[in-house]
This record gives sequence, structure tokens and C-alpha cells, in this order.
Amino acid sequence: MIGRHRHLLGLEAFERDEIVAILQCAASMKEVLRRPLKKVPTLRGKGVVNLFFEASTRTRTSFETAAKILSADAVNWTAAASSLKKGETLLDTVRNIEAMRPDVLVIRHPAAGAPKFVADRVGCSVVSAGDGAHEHPSQGLLDLYTLAEHFSGVLRKGGIPDFGSIEGRTVVVVGDVTHSRVARSDLFGLTRLGARVRFCGPPTMIPPGVKELGASVFHGLREALKGADAVVMLRIQHERIGDPLIPGTREYSRFWGLDERKVQEWLGASCAILHPGPINRGVELSSEVADGVNSVILEQVENGVAVRMAILYLLAGGAQEPPAEGRTDSPAVARTRSANT
Amino acid sequence: MGEIILIEGGRVIDPANGIDSVLTVVLRDGRVAELREHVERPREARAIDARGKWVVPGFIDLHAHLREPGQEYKETIESAGRAAAAGGFTTVCAMPNTCPPNDNASVTQLILSRATAGTVRVHPVGCISRGQKGEELAEYGELKMAGCVAVSDDGRPVMSSMLMRRALEYARAFDLPVAVHEDDLVLAGKGVMNEGPVSTRLGLAGAPAACEEVMVLRDIALAELTGGRLHLAHLSCAGSVRAVREAKRRGLAVTAEVTPHHLTLTDEHLARSDYNTSFKMSPPLRSAADVLAVRQGLADGTIDCIATDHAPHSLVEKEVEFDEAANGVVGLETAFSVCLSLVRERVLTEKRFIEALTVGAAKAFLLEGGTLSKGARADLAVLDPELRWRCEPEHFRSKGRNSPWKGEALVGRCTHTIVDGRFVHEL
Amino acid sequence: MMEAIVMDTDGIARALKRMAREIEERVPAGELGIVGIRRGGVHLAQRLQEKLTEATRGEVPLGTLDIALYRDDLSEHSSAPVVGPTDIRFPVSGRVIVLVDDVIYTGRTVRAALDELVDFGRPRRVLLAVLVDRGGRELPIAPDVIGVRLEVPEGEQVEVRLVEAGAARDLVILKPRGQA
Repeated sequence: MIGRHRHLLGLEAFERDEIVAILQCAASMKEVLRRPLKKVPTLRGKGVVNLFFEASTRTRTSFETAAKILSADAVNWTAAASSLKKGETLLDTVRNIEAMRPDVLVIRHPAAGAPKFVADRVGCSVVSAGDGAHEHPSQGLLDLYTLAEHFSGVLRKGGIPDFGSIEGRTVVVVGDVTHSRVARSDLFGLTRLGARVRFCGPPTMIPPGVKELGASVFHGLREALKGADAVVMLRIQHERIGDPLIPGTREYSRFWGLDERKVQEWLGASCAILHPGPINRGVELSSEVADGVNSVILEQVENGVAVRMAILYLLAGGAQEPPAEGRTDSPAVARTRSANT
Repeated sequence: MGEIILIEGGRVIDPANGIDSVLTVVLRDGRVAELREHVERPREARAIDARGKWVVPGFIDLHAHLREPGQEYKETIESAGRAAAAGGFTTVCAMPNTCPPNDNASVTQLILSRATAGTVRVHPVGCISRGQKGEELAEYGELKMAGCVAVSDDGRPVMSSMLMRRALEYARAFDLPVAVHEDDLVLAGKGVMNEGPVSTRLGLAGAPAACEEVMVLRDIALAELTGGRLHLAHLSCAGSVRAVREAKRRGLAVTAEVTPHHLTLTDEHLARSDYNTSFKMSPPLRSAADVLAVRQGLADGTIDCIATDHAPHSLVEKEVEFDEAANGVVGLETAFSVCLSLVRERVLTEKRFIEALTVGAAKAFLLEGGTLSKGARADLAVLDPELRWRCEPEHFRSKGRNSPWKGEALVGRCTHTIVDGRFVHEL
Repeated sequence: MMEAIVMDTDGIARALKRMAREIEERVPAGELGIVGIRRGGVHLAQRLQEKLTEATRGEVPLGTLDIALYRDDLSEHSSAPVVGPTDIRFPVSGRVIVLVDDVIYTGRTVRAALDELVDFGRPRRVLLAVLVDRGGRELPIAPDVIGVRLEVPEGEQVEVRLVEAGAARDLVILKPRGQA
């Protein structure tokens, strides 16, 4: 459990102390990553299934690595490899997998709400690895962790970050906010921890209602970056069929991309640059900036494993909910049981 | 430049500053220095006797087709500039439907380089969509940096509502108005003139005024959704005017223009012309009721300004059957004369009339100019409101001869035009 | 039943002094490494390290170990226990490591600590130093250096309070089990 939650479907429903609990745990997990022997026996015999309906090597590998370091058994189930192509419904797929008794299901799906749909119908814990444009909570958490490291001065030096250091900071998220689940999870996570969030992008990429959610909106990059403590650059999809949001990546990169000159002239020296990856070099970031001193992109990746270890540990590390009838729990019983979140 | 010019004794009409009286205008170093009743004439000054004439800010045309690059046989920026100056225009906005279309900085820069060599100010308008194909956005940031003042796909409408929405939104990032030619092509079908009793009599395929109105209504709704700046080109019918009036009452950022021909000609004139292709344009000449509505709209400010939609064509395009002829008429050299009739008929006051040709237009495209404020650039026209002349297209400065007023006796003409304190036209 | 003091500040100080001397006698200088088991062993490990550094006139490396990830009783907790930081920055292989805890009882904590420690390297030897041995072992684990042996009655528990952890003074007390 994480606080009152049996699942991690998004950060919107999480309180500040619940988020900080995950991050504190991630700090301890990060130490394990630095050991010569990167293995602890904690989740030995627990099963983690990665159920990915969207291509993703990075997030899936990160969850798989996290599971294996904790000695859990990690299994990958990608939509292409599954019977989904033969027209099996999501529910049937999930029930089939559940019959094999996993402890945690990590799901990435193109439809917003799909992880919740699954979580309401299974007995194990569910972690969302991204659902449509809704949320990507583990990414939001690792961004928070990396920012806390940067703001408390322990980035690249080792040491436990002060998660209160995010309070009062200004973080700018740049790019296609409309279609970005990372932007939403970042917004929820950052506002819970007291940061000020600015969204910046072409007007076609900022959805309505973000002000009500707590973000301020800028269309000019230079103005958005004034006084920024950190910038999160979102990946721009090259082409969105049927919906011309921007003329092309060339103009996008000219007005909303970061290059060395803009970093020198518009960003403070201590401003961190984040990116959820994979980077379109030359579009959101020039190569010099992606590889430059302000960039904390590689630290994000390392922190991603630590954060996912913390998530798996907290959800699978304690007692599992006892079965409703006796010790032999049939999938039929699991169906009728309603899950707590 | 460095020169002092006095324009003496004319009726100075400067609606932006609420001026309408007999004054002498002093220009110095290419700027308006002062307006005074009596001015000592310095020896080195050049003086123009403007008694009995009107002295106004140079006209601003938001909508003209200069045909360069690509169709120089119809018109060049140079010839259009001379035509503009002859008509009292000191600023002209060049529509982007050139060959290649103005959807990138290179074409914009070409237009501007041709313009600096010429007579009047030229502001390029960039495309809404790449190649004006109506599918992808053009690069508004690049176009704005290169010098475009607005975006438009004129003479095509933007059929895709999705693209129109994105255009209005994206243009906001660069403060560019989106100027639209409103015509539902699917509804218009094969129409070559206004659908009505006249088209029935003439046996020509007609397109109803609703073709314009449905698009106007659509785009007003999109302007409200997106907060973008919508400018409606060449409004021609009562339904459009009604829609714009209501939109403005609601405080939306919608502006509109009307052409001299839509203010003064109906489809009856087309009928009387015996299928003359100089009466064929898009949108077409409409009914008397529509003309009444656009006149009223211009008078009450629903329509912000007059714009010529100057569209020169050669004989190749116009000396053909009515069905085959290209749309468009020239208008830079006749606009003042033709529209002056609205003042005589008391549809417009002199103030409103001049406003519609100057500061009313400037405001719609967020341009400087259109005033005789102290320190403003010296862009002026001197007009003789009584001068009679015959419209003879063979004597036009424009290469285009396609004018519906060919052979007409007109009253009122521009006698002098000054740009940046330089004389660019003298009758 | 109220709390009862079974060892006062002076007693603790004397015990630690003796424990340090025993360690010094048994371990060659330069081979020593001290690791405190979180959370009870951390401050005691620090105190021992200071004494030994002074005595041997060489810096004795100090580390901390959190055993949460190695516990054998995770499935009995409804929520996963909080994982604190482990911090061992010196090489463990070839050294004599002294594991330090405040109280040894069932021996399971030490078992977990040993499993974790050997994941860091292969110590030449591991010694266990505890301030209080209260008996009640459930695994075959025995401390090498002991501060005090206590008979703890059924229904009671031992608590070691140290000033570094916020106590008014160093004390070992007995109190009823379950009482905060």
C-alpha cells in the first residue's frame, strides 16, 4: 500500500505525504543501485508482470530492472506478442494473466483510464506506466526526485534530497501539453509539493482548463523562462495525422526549442533541464544542450529505476490482501471482489 | 527627406484625431510636423495649393493581388504600386496567392525587396496553409519575422474547420490576424454568379449568399473558441453583416472589410452588362438588399474598412466565355471615386468614409499609420472631390484592364500622393 | 507497571568503554570496520568508532546498515516497512567488520544484517557487538562483545535511550511490551 492506495494509477489522488513517502523510499533504493552487487532479496518469489499495449523499451526496461534488483520475477507481455491481435479484449487478456497470480501488474495503454478499468477488476496491485494522455505517475515521481536532488544540492554528489526544497520553485513545462501524460503527472506532483508550474507552448498545444488545475500559461518561451528554476522539455511528435497543431518541427524548434544561445541568454546558471525521453535532438533540444551541464536527463533515468523500485516495494513488499474465501482463491472470486485504491 | 512640404488650404480630414477643417499641413523630414490654419511659407519649402481639395492620410488597402512572383504578365509590384499611388493609396497589403505562394520567408523577402524599389509601402500577407493547400499550417513565426502582417489563403476559403481552428490558435502566438475568404465551395458548386432572379434570367449557374454566410458563422464561432483575431475579407451579403454585428456586440476580436464594387454594384448591373466578365468576381455581385446591408454595415462600423481586392487579370483570363473567365476586377485607381458616391448619397459621412480607407483599416491589421498625428510618417493623399474624369482602363497604371467602370463618368480623383514625404503621384 | 531503569548513564559509559577495549584487543588496527544496524545501533556504532579512532590513532571507517530490504517477516506487515538509508562507503572485503546494535533478542535482525553485509563484499571476519543481550534467541546467533546481559520477563521489553536520539540522558529501561 502507498498510504491509502492499493494501486498507483496517477498522482492526482495522492497527498503530499504519500508522495514524499515514495520519494524517501526511492532514496534508499538508489543506494542499492550504487552497490557492487545490485540485488536485494526483498521481493523474492513475487511476480511483476509488465503489460504494455504501447511500444516502450525505456519505461518497460526500467520497471523490469527495478523488479529484478528486488529479486522479483519480472515478465514482459507486449501487446504484439499477446493474443490481443486475435481480437482478445483487454479484460480477457488481464484475467488470463491474473490467473497466473502476479503480485503487481504494470500497465501501459493508449486509452486513458485503462489501468483503472483493470485495477477495479483484479486482485493484485496495478501500476500505470502511462495511459493515453492522462497520467504517467512514475515519470512524475522521478522528475520530482531529480528536481529535489538538484534543488537541495546533492545532484551527482550523492546524499538524500530534501523534498521540501521543491516548495516555492518555478518549474516550466514546454511542449505539447495537450497530448502529454508526463505534463499532467508533473503538474499534479509539483503542485502537491508546493512548486509553481508554468506551461509553455504554441496555443494549439495548450489544452483548456490548465489554469484551473493550477498552471499558468505562456506562449513565448523567453517570457516563460524568466526566473525559472527548472525546465521540463516534452517530446514533440513529428506528425499528428489529421490535426495540424504546428507547421513542422523546424518552426517549433526555432520558437520553443532550446539551443545553446537560448540557454546562455535566457536561463539562470542553476536552472536544470529535464526531458522524459526519447529526445528529438535538434527539435526540443540541441545536442549541445542535451549533453550540456544544465541537463539532468541521465540522472532522471537512474532515478527512474530507484523510484520504480520504491513503487514495487511499497505495493508488493507487505502482506497481500487475504483472499475472500479460504486460501485457494479462484479467479472467479477475484472478479467479484472489489479492489481498494 | 530634409525637405519641407506645405499643403495649403485644403480640407484636412483626419478621423483618427477627430480633425475636419481647413488647415495647412506641414511635412518635415518625412514626418507630419504640424497642422495649422496659417503658416508662413519658408523659402526652401515646396508648397501645394490644396484649396477646394481634401487632404487625408494616405489610404491603406488590406487586400490587393500584386501577382508577383510568378504572374508578372498580369501585374508587377512596380505597376501595382503606381496604380495604388494614383488612387491615393500609400500602403497596400499583398495577398499570398502568388506563384510560388507566400508561405515562406524567401517569397516574403522577394516581395519586400521589389517593394522597396517602388512607390508605396507594401506589407506582405503570408499563407494560412502550406502552398495554400488547406492541409498543414504554414510557418507563421517565420513569416512574421520576415515581415508578414497577417495570414490568408485568399482567393481560396479554408474548408477544413480543424485547420481554421488551428490557424486561429497558432496565429495568436505571433499576434497575426487571420484574414479569410469566406465561401463554402461544396455548397457553391458550379456557381459563377449570385444565385437569384438574375441568375435564373441569365441562365448562369448561381451560388447563394449562404455560401458566404455559413462560413462567416463558422469562423466567428471558431474565433470565440480560440481567442484568435479573425478578419473577414470582402463581405458581400446581409447575413454576413448580421453575424458580424452580433459578434462585435459580444466583444469578439472580429474585423471585416468590403470592396468598392460590393458597395455600389448589384447582380442587375451584371445583367445589364451582357455577360461582361469585368463583372465577374468572387464573392459575386449580390442583390440590392445585400448591397444595402453592407452599406449600412460600413456606415455603423460593423464593417471596419474598405479594401479593394484589386485583382488584375490579362485578356487571356478575361476575354473568354463568362463561365470560363477568372474571378476579379481591378480597383486601386477607381476606389476613391466609386466610393465617394456613398458620401454624396449620404450613406457615409466624409469622416466615416476616410476612416474606412485609413485608420479603420490600420487597426484591423494592427498596423501603424492611417493618421496625420504629429510625428506620424508623411503618408498623405490630396483628393479633388469635384474633379470629373472618364474611366479608361487603357490609361490605367495597372496592367489589369478588367474594370466594371470602363467608360463611366466618375467624380473625384486623387491629385497628389506622398509616401514618407516623397511625391509618388501627381496628376 | 512503570518503567524501570536497569542501566544509568554512567553504567552505559563504562560498558561502552569496556566494549571498545575488547574490540581493540581482538582486532588488529587497520583491519577494522564498524557498521551500525539501523536504527538502534547507529549512534552506538558512532561512539565506538570515536573511541577506537582515538585509541588506535587511525581513522576507523564507519557505516550504517538498514535491514528493511532483507527482513524475513515482510509478508506479516500490512504495509511495507519504511526503508531507511544504508551507507557503507569503505570496502568490506578482507576487513574485520564489527556489527553494532543496541539490543539483541531473537537474532533475526542480525541474520538480515549479515545477509546484507556479505552482498557488499567478503569480510575476513564479522564480530557482533551489542549493548544489551536479552536472550530469547530464535536463530543460532551469538554476540561477541556484550555490554550487559539482562533477564527480561514475559510481557516486558528493553529500550535503550541515547542523547543523540533526543533523550534527556543515556538510559537502558524496562517497560511493558506495547507501551510507547
